[in-house]
Amino acid sequence: MTINAVMQLVLFLVLLLLLSWPLGLYAARVYQGRPCGLDKVLGPLERLLYRLSGVDPDREMNWKTYALAMTGLNALGFLAVYALERLQGGLPLNPLGLPGVDPFVALNAAISFATNTNWQAYAGETTMSILTQMLGLAVQNFLSAATGMAVAVAVIRGIARRETTSLGNFWQDMTRSVLYILLPLSLVLSLALIWQGVPQTFTARVEAAWIDPAAVSAPAPDSQAAPPATQSIILGPVASQVAIKQLGTNGGGYYNANSAHPFENPTPLTNLLEVLAILLIPAAFCHTFGAMVGDRRQGLALLAAMTILFAIFAGLTMAAEAVPNPALASIGVQNAPSLEGKEVRFGPTGSALWAAVTTAASNGSVNAMHDSFSPLGGLWPMLLMQLGEVVYGGVGSGLYGMVVFAVVTVFVAGLMVGRTPEYCGKKIEPFETKMAALIILIPPFACLAGTALACVIGPADAVSNPGPHGFSQMLYAFSSMGNNNGSAFAGLTATSPFWTLAGGLAMFVSRYWLILPVLALAGSLARKKRLAQGPGTLPTHGPIFVGLLMAVVLVVGTLTFVPSLALGPVAEQLALFQ
Amino acid sequence: MFVSFMRELKPSCLMFLWLSLITGVAYPLAVTALGGTLFPHQAAGSLVSRDGLVTGSALIGQPFAPGRYFAGRPSATSPFPCNAAASGGSNLAPTNPALAEAVKTRAVELDALASGRPVPMDLATASASGLDPHISAEAARWQAPAVAKARGLAEKDVAALIASQTEGRLLGVWGEERVNVARLNLALDALAGAK
Repeated sequence: MTINAVMQLVLFLVLLLLLSWPLGLYAARVYQGRPCGLDKVLGPLERLLYRLSGVDPDREMNWKTYALAMTGLNALGFLAVYALERLQGGLPLNPLGLPGVDPFVALNAAISFATNTNWQAYAGETTMSILTQMLGLAVQNFLSAATGMAVAVAVIRGIARRETTSLGNFWQDMTRSVLYILLPLSLVLSLALIWQGVPQTFTARVEAAWIDPAAVSAPAPDSQAAPPATQSIILGPVASQVAIKQLGTNGGGYYNANSAHPFENPTPLTNLLEVLAILLIPAAFCHTFGAMVGDRRQGLALLAAMTILFAIFAGLTMAAEAVPNPALASIGVQNAPSLEGKEVRFGPTGSALWAAVTTAASNGSVNAMHDSFSPLGGLWPMLLMQLGEVVYGGVGSGLYGMVVFAVVTVFVAGLMVGRTPEYCGKKIEPFETKMAALIILIPPFACLAGTALACVIGPADAVSNPGPHGFSQMLYAFSSMGNNNGSAFAGLTATSPFWTLAGGLAMFVSRYWLILPVLALAGSLARKKRLAQGPGTLPTHGPIFVGLLMAVVLVVGTLTFVPSLALGPVAEQLALFQ
Repeated sequence: MFVSFMRELKPSCLMFLWLSLITGVAYPLAVTALGGTLFPHQAAGSLVSRDGLVTGSALIGQPFAPGRYFAGRPSATSPFPCNAAASGGSNLAPTNPALAEAVKTRAVELDALASGRPVPMDLATASASGLDPHISAEAARWQAPAVAKARGLAEKDVAALIASQTEGRLLGVWGEERVNVARLNLALDALAGAK
């Protein structure tokens, strides 16, 4: 790694840790209903919303009621997006006259946005009308993120409370996540993005002349057609959507090229703001956790494990992308890291950092095409997803995922010393262990079973690259959908019925089949007494625990995925550097 | 179970409706109003014009004939290069023979600009968006002698032009040194016209 690469990574982490700390403590005040500053302004609106919807925010819910409310809201979101996509041809705010979306693609996209995955089997600017983007997709960006935050808060309460069945009120947690955290941050970020050049307008298209018409009349190389006499520049309410897609770890782009598109991410400053936005709330929630369970060190331990794992993977990705592609040596180009599928303003370093950030969080937006990354540069992001999206992870889901790994860690540690494991004063018993095992096993199953199915019965022409890389494309796709990430080796054609349905199923299972056992786990923890720490208790805030936790995350992830990774990126690396 | 489901149904529908209106209507409208007031040029797509005619956006790459103009990044958009209505990259794997083939073809074509000197990587590889508005400052300097010759300008004037259009890293750390090709070429036209 160059000195600049180290600086980019280290200063980024410093900024992230500095920003997430106050935000996490602020979020704890928001969810505990303590004065947080903004409640003076937004309190009346919050109470008005409850009154209009017939919600009693003080009604405590047990885990089943909480899960029901969550399911109901998510089902409605899914139905609304699907309906908007199918009917957009006859609805307003469709200045480009786009037709209704193909039913398979529409189904896939509706699941994708409800589950906070934002896998995109379609190209945004040529498929979705402004209305669908705004009222369908952008709304889900808020609601799916707030769903994850609410579930995380319920889990935190399960640990913090004792001898109760109540986990809080889902509607209150949802509303507060949206009003007090997601909306204000999105507003500030979208204005900063517009300042830097991200469009925000209801003009859908501008027809413009070319600066050099002579270049257009000549037939283009690469077997492309000659450009038409004018260029169509697609605009829209981009900034408002990009802001929430990053802050909510959603990742679905307004444009097909996602955050590589100069309109979504025009400068190094927007790039920095967007990578910070991706990890901001997931990192902050560690502090929220610590503050709400009454022991800040518990949150710091999770944050430390996440940060160390992230730094390792980001460093490895950056190092891999700094190596020139040997296949491009001695054919007349300079000996430099490949820029295929990368933008000049970000370069190999900025692209690799983003790749690590977007796969560490379950964000999935890209500022470079991962398909064209070096084999190892694609392997590390893939493994980051396969670890279960707990290295920061998605908003809310990263925290509850890491808490589950912490439960497994104390269980493993308990086995080693022969004592009943405890986490934050709660005894971990067979039920909790079973739920934790379920939560840890479902995403790898969705990922590996999906990849295997794709190899056997998937359409043969879906894969666009030859050799082991073709397998990597399929493995990456299911790693992404099976962990609600959403990024892709985008050469893969994922619009066929097999890919839209199997992928939709993987996204569905790995979101809701995780949330239900997570809430059951929270419900079970809430009923327990809180034990005082004894001499035999493993402290869950020290360096030993952080090390154990990282080891469990790494061992579970790598043991599960090493064989499949060997067939894809590892084989490709060996072929390239033989 | 059914009873509690029905009890959650009404708040579900109403909460969904109100939250949709806040996040899907009020929020984008507020951002549009604020953004359009504070930064009207950027909010409308950073359009550039020449003699009153809109000639694209400063942020969207477009094709330029090498030599007379500074060439930008190759573009893999479909069906034609630099299609601002369908962004995307080639998604060619590093091991795909088609990648080496495409890079080699471009290197051969550009070789006429600076015979013998190896072609900068960004001029021979397709960008991620297909609309990359920038090239590296190095790639601009590499083309400078050919452009100066085609335009009848002194090489040092062209070099000064590139230097004036070069943007550095953010705080010296993030991003890469780069030149906006559309702005550079418009400035080149102005410089050549002034002679």
